Amino acid sequence: MTDATLLATADTPDAIANLRDLMRIVIVGHVDHGKSTLVGRLFHDTGSLPDGRYEAIKAQSDKRGVTFEWAFLMDALQAERDQGITIDTSQIWFKTEERDYTIIDAPGHKEFLKNMITGAAQSDAALLIIDAHEGVQEQSKRHGYLLHLMGIRQIAVAVNKMDLAGYDQKKFDAIETEYRAYLKSIGVTPTFIIPVSAREGDNIVTPSKAMSWYKGPTVVKALDSFVSGTPTTESPLRLPVQDVYKFDQRRIIAGRIDSGRIAVGDQIIFSPSNKSARVKTIEYWSTIPGAKQPTESEAGYSVGITLDEQIFVERGEIASHIDTAPVETDVFRARIFWLGHEPMTVGKAYKLKLGTLEAQVTVQSIERIIDTSDLSSTGIQQVERNQVAEIVLRARRMLALDSFVDYPATGRFVLVEKFDIAGGGIISMEGYADQRDAITARGTNITRAAHTITNEARAFRNGHKGGVLWFTGLSGAGKSTLAMALEKRLFDKGFNVYVLDGDNVRHGLNANLSFSPEDRAENIRRVGEVAALFERAGTLAITAFISPYRSDRDRAREAAGDGFHEIYVKADVATCESRDPKGLYAKARSGEIKDFTGISAPYEAPESPHLVIDTATTSLDDCLDELVRYVEAKFKV
Amino acid sequence: MDRLDQLESQSIYIFREAFNRIENIAMLWSLGKDSNVMIWLARKAFLGHVPFPVMHVDTERKFPEMYEFRDRYADEWGLNFIRELCPPLESTDDTLPPAARSAARKTEGLKLAIKKHGFNALFAGIRRDEEATRAKERVFSPRGLAGQWDFKDQPPEFWDQYKTDFPPGTHIRVHPLLHWTEIDIWLYTQREQIPTIPLYFSKDGLRYRSLGDKDITNPVKSLASNIPEIIEELRTTKVSERSGRAMDHESEDAFERLRADGYL
Repeated sequence: MTDATLLATADTPDAIANLRDLMRIVIVGHVDHGKSTLVGRLFHDTGSLPDGRYEAIKAQSDKRGVTFEWAFLMDALQAERDQGITIDTSQIWFKTEERDYTIIDAPGHKEFLKNMITGAAQSDAALLIIDAHEGVQEQSKRHGYLLHLMGIRQIAVAVNKMDLAGYDQKKFDAIETEYRAYLKSIGVTPTFIIPVSAREGDNIVTPSKAMSWYKGPTVVKALDSFVSGTPTTESPLRLPVQDVYKFDQRRIIAGRIDSGRIAVGDQIIFSPSNKSARVKTIEYWSTIPGAKQPTESEAGYSVGITLDEQIFVERGEIASHIDTAPVETDVFRARIFWLGHEPMTVGKAYKLKLGTLEAQVTVQSIERIIDTSDLSSTGIQQVERNQVAEIVLRARRMLALDSFVDYPATGRFVLVEKFDIAGGGIISMEGYADQRDAITARGTNITRAAHTITNEARAFRNGHKGGVLWFTGLSGAGKSTLAMALEKRLFDKGFNVYVLDGDNVRHGLNANLSFSPEDRAENIRRVGEVAALFERAGTLAITAFISPYRSDRDRAREAAGDGFHEIYVKADVATCESRDPKGLYAKARSGEIKDFTGISAPYEAPESPHLVIDTATTSLDDCLDELVRYVEAKFKV
Repeated sequence: MDRLDQLESQSIYIFREAFNRIENIAMLWSLGKDSNVMIWLARKAFLGHVPFPVMHVDTERKFPEMYEFRDRYADEWGLNFIRELCPPLESTDDTLPPAARSAARKTEGLKLAIKKHGFNALFAGIRRDEEATRAKERVFSPRGLAGQWDFKDQPPEFWDQYKTDFPPGTHIRVHPLLHWTEIDIWLYTQREQIPTIPLYFSKDGLRYRSLGDKDITNPVKSLASNIPEIIEELRTTKVSERSGRAMDHESEDAFERLRADGYL
């Protein structure tokens, strides 16, 4: 039986020492723009066709009574060959002098978007094909848009069928100008735009004699100039926890490093549980002769680590270094493509899968549907299959994630409806705050002291219970006006009452805060805590803050407990803008104020407020009467 | 990070996803070069362990060298090993060409074994570059109740998000080697010093590139007698890997039909 163990010889031949680089290219294009012919030509001219393959394709073509059909090289399924249409993505391998290639064929037909996405997502770069005769089609733009959305940044464009266009430079120039302008409008700079004829072999592998006016590279040279996708070791660490293993005495946290580096001894934090420990070991199993246990690792590797203390960590958390931790939030903005059979509508719940994390999310709003051909948007409130849209998603719990532009791997997600992946999207935190600071308790060794006076005793002496009347609404909706008038009415009726007003608080308690999303969240957190103290002291606190985010108001509700009453001071943007008591809307419109709620930043209306006061349709006195009745009913003892 | 490191890391990720998301999973071991690499990758993923059963669905028509190899390494690698037999040829579709019909026996054996053990999923060591319908496979590939593959409507699969939610009764094939090529398998076997069945090495000018039942598997002309020579050969060859597997070539869609019915 010694033969069976025939181990490799010790000497390392060149073949093994020189591991060839592998590059994955997705080929996309409108149906009939010549994708398959180009792939066939690429294979034929680089001598990459396996023996007998040319003959097999010829036989399959003859059998169907068609002239030689290169598409059969990739279209493996009987149904694809019979219908002459690519249904699913496929892959095929060829090599140039530079390196090895995996060519991924992505179906161009709109109906098979899910298969196109599946193919494109596996690639490092893309080759997009446009028919010189038909010019830039809606699908050409759509594909460009989707490739960019998927995060593919290296794109070459082949303008095909130049033979049918008489190898005319003017025709090529017109297409180049049009398509470049479109790509520029979505933030893409194409690396190359190449005039080709796949049928005749012009500019595929060999430079075209018929188009000597073109001075750029051939398709193969263009592909060779792309760089293969290397993981980002220079970014901060992101290690999503995939599993925790206890096969033996070791407790191993398993996961793949999405970005950055990790080393034994590093202090790391797990988000969103915010537990922290030091890396004790990086585990390994290897049969490579001379392999040693690693003391560090980096982006791209699947690792297993142990920690210096036993903390409870579970799948879905993200490990990072402490000062470069991911965002923590329960709400975020996303740009999505929808693959579901049922349209996406506001209020619908889906399962979010982000890295290894799974969480229930609800569609809070659909901001706009994007027409990928002219980038216009419509106000339609549902996303149909194969559409692209901008939406806001809300989770029931805190999530750890990143903006896609900063960290692609932890900034993208899929949505699952019933059993199926029904869409994918990339995250933008624009206008939303990182809530990490707001939920992080820094102090330790804190024990609550017990009061000897009960809430009931305070209420008995004051004649009313303590509480928080939390006014929320747009700037100019009338919060401050109502609050001050209500304070006077209640005071006159014998209530201990005090108004916490936005501008007033920012002169003192919150003088050190700016208007960034994070500082606005902190502003509200402090006001929520102060209002809760008033409540516990037996006083009625009225707060008058825009407080546009549900997450912030939820935290205030949690601080105050049962005595918290959310009052929605309602007036639409147009009404508020016409009042504009502080001239803020004018400044926001002119761009002088950024992130202005209702204009350039979101306002998340309460889902189930205790009371709605509509100041657009009700007079101030009537509003006040309603509020006083409400307070007397809820707080008097 | 070189090419083999990248391939390895991706396979480990797939193993760990499947092991976490799916209860009752097992690995298919065909004894060939690919499934030996697959066992290696599982041991990498689970730090020396293979935490699920490893099953050989036996046609009883393999080469003696393959059985020797199996019996030795099932024990030496500490595998939780299961052997299941295939039913007689009469139980298969008689409209299939002869070699394909023989291969269909394995599909039947597989279905019976899955039922007997109640496996919800199986790891299988197929690769996209082996054959054109395999090139269209997903990493997590759902099968119907009777094991059939609906290749016209496969789930989307991107950003390493696999389909992990299934209605009851779905069977899943998980393919940790899908993105590997034949040459990668040999490069990795060399680097990791993985034991190999000697039938792959040239003897009297012939060697096997792919191993199956001895009556429907033919050797190819080759002088490659060790792994470095095999790698050199593969760098230049234009002969396809499965050219020696009779069932692939009997009719245009023979293999597609086999796969649609649940063949690997």
